[in-house]
Amino acid sequence: MSDTSLVSKTLDIEALRSEFPILHQKVNGKQLVYFDNAATNQKPLSVINALQHHYEADNANIHRGIHTLAERSTTAFENTRKAAQAFINANEAEEIIFTKGTTESINLVASSWGRKFLKEGDEIIVSGLEHHSNIVPWQMIAEEKGAKVKAIPVMDNGDLDIAVFSKLLSERTKMVAVNHASNSLGTINPVKEIIEMAHAVGAKVLIDGAQASSHLNIDVHALNADFYALSAHKMYGPTGVGLLYGKRSLLEKMPPYQGGGEMIREVSFEGTTYNDIPYKFEAGTPNIADVVAFKAAIDFVSKLGKSNIAAHEAELLSYATAQLKEISGVKIIGEAQHKVSVASFIVEGIHHFDLGMWMDAKGVAVRTGHHCTQPLMDRFCIEGTVRASFSVYNTKAEIDIFISALKDIIKKLKP
Amino acid sequence: MSQTIQEVQNEIIEEFSMLDGDMEMTIGYVMELGETLEPLEEEKKTEENIVKGCQSKVWLDAQLVDDKIHFKADSNTAITKGLVSILVRILSDRTPKDIVDADLFFIDKVGLNRFIGTQRSNGLGAMIKQMKIYGLAYDAQTQKS
Repeated sequence: MSDTSLVSKTLDIEALRSEFPILHQKVNGKQLVYFDNAATNQKPLSVINALQHHYEADNANIHRGIHTLAERSTTAFENTRKAAQAFINANEAEEIIFTKGTTESINLVASSWGRKFLKEGDEIIVSGLEHHSNIVPWQMIAEEKGAKVKAIPVMDNGDLDIAVFSKLLSERTKMVAVNHASNSLGTINPVKEIIEMAHAVGAKVLIDGAQASSHLNIDVHALNADFYALSAHKMYGPTGVGLLYGKRSLLEKMPPYQGGGEMIREVSFEGTTYNDIPYKFEAGTPNIADVVAFKAAIDFVSKLGKSNIAAHEAELLSYATAQLKEISGVKIIGEAQHKVSVASFIVEGIHHFDLGMWMDAKGVAVRTGHHCTQPLMDRFCIEGTVRASFSVYNTKAEIDIFISALKDIIKKLKP
Repeated sequence: MSQTIQEVQNEIIEEFSMLDGDMEMTIGYVMELGETLEPLEEEKKTEENIVKGCQSKVWLDAQLVDDKIHFKADSNTAITKGLVSILVRILSDRTPKDIVDADLFFIDKVGLNRFIGTQRSNGLGAMIKQMKIYGLAYDAQTQKS
């Protein structure tokens, strides 16, 4: 273990860690090692303070109030929309719709776009790497419309089989919904290529960016994505907030998702007219405080720089992967060519649940189970994996603790 | 004379107290207890005998023998097997009414309460519920006959 591991070439990780109060605690008597970042990562003080500041200084309902607090709240809320626009390089701030998270964003598209544009015999293509939240909403609308959901198969190394994808595409394909990066295996998908191929047959494309948002550069303009969904809480922001990006031309043609306040222009019992985007899709009082604090998370990621974050995480991943491979009985699931910082593995003869519980007893937080990707687990004929996932504040020293904990548990359970 | 449900629980509390609340030792001990569980025949590991939990499978079989319920169980994970073995030790070979009325106070006392609220992960709560349902069902059956 070298001392330099705390200092990445461009980021001072030790200084960074001081911005995350939650990391500095003991769990079951041991120093916490938090490796469940793909589920949600921890929040820096700037995000926590923004949330607190909103409630202490600015809280008011937005958009319709004429008093000062309402003005401040509205400005802060809309500033996040502008920051999000820049963050993913959307053409206009109005193309950013705030939702509860990636799941709601996908449901919004499946429900609103699907209801208007899908018909019997149409096909929706997802992939074998998808989280249930990018499968089930499509199955629901497909059932309603008599459409079909097909899946791009996953190859043994965890990459998508693009050759098969090209055969699945046809004039019946109306939507392709795939993730930018896999939550279970870490695979980074060739989304630009997928989008081009889908567009060539006239299909629209939704990219689930939940796992990409804190690691990968997102440029919806360069990608030419039709829809892009992400969650704040997976990029150092608060829970309960996410966004849906959609091209203006599509969003304008889509019917509202939910009815209520904010989304209307005029209401009468003879008929109601709807507001413009994005408000047409933001019925009711939104999660104002968390949206406001979301901007602090965007600023945090932007300040560090995605490429710096990615470089540090890549170093952690290759350090962890190399050590995992040396442990007898450990099998890594998913060795795609390009990965975000997710190491998913199984240990021969030890159930992932026992391993995860024992890891927790040693202060190491990992995720175990199917990671809400049951079709993917079936593909590899496994019930689940142990998943260690890293964020920018993690260190090689923590990986050393994790590896020695793993070795110790294996020794105990497989004498 | 066999021990009462209370006495067995007190015995378990005493055993766990020697672990000083150390989570690793607790898990290790729970796993050891699982090794002592009376084996459940493979043919009884059926879909109907599964107590649903998210990450681990538990099979529970209950037979009425001389007006008492005899439980046999197994699990695909060592920790869950240990947890179910503790429940079997406390509740097996009791009358249905005793099982229904049992107050399982040991859970709080031995620091296993963190296992109970998480039905999604190991379903200790679901196991207890299923054992009590067998108690209720056999209680109704014995009263009828």
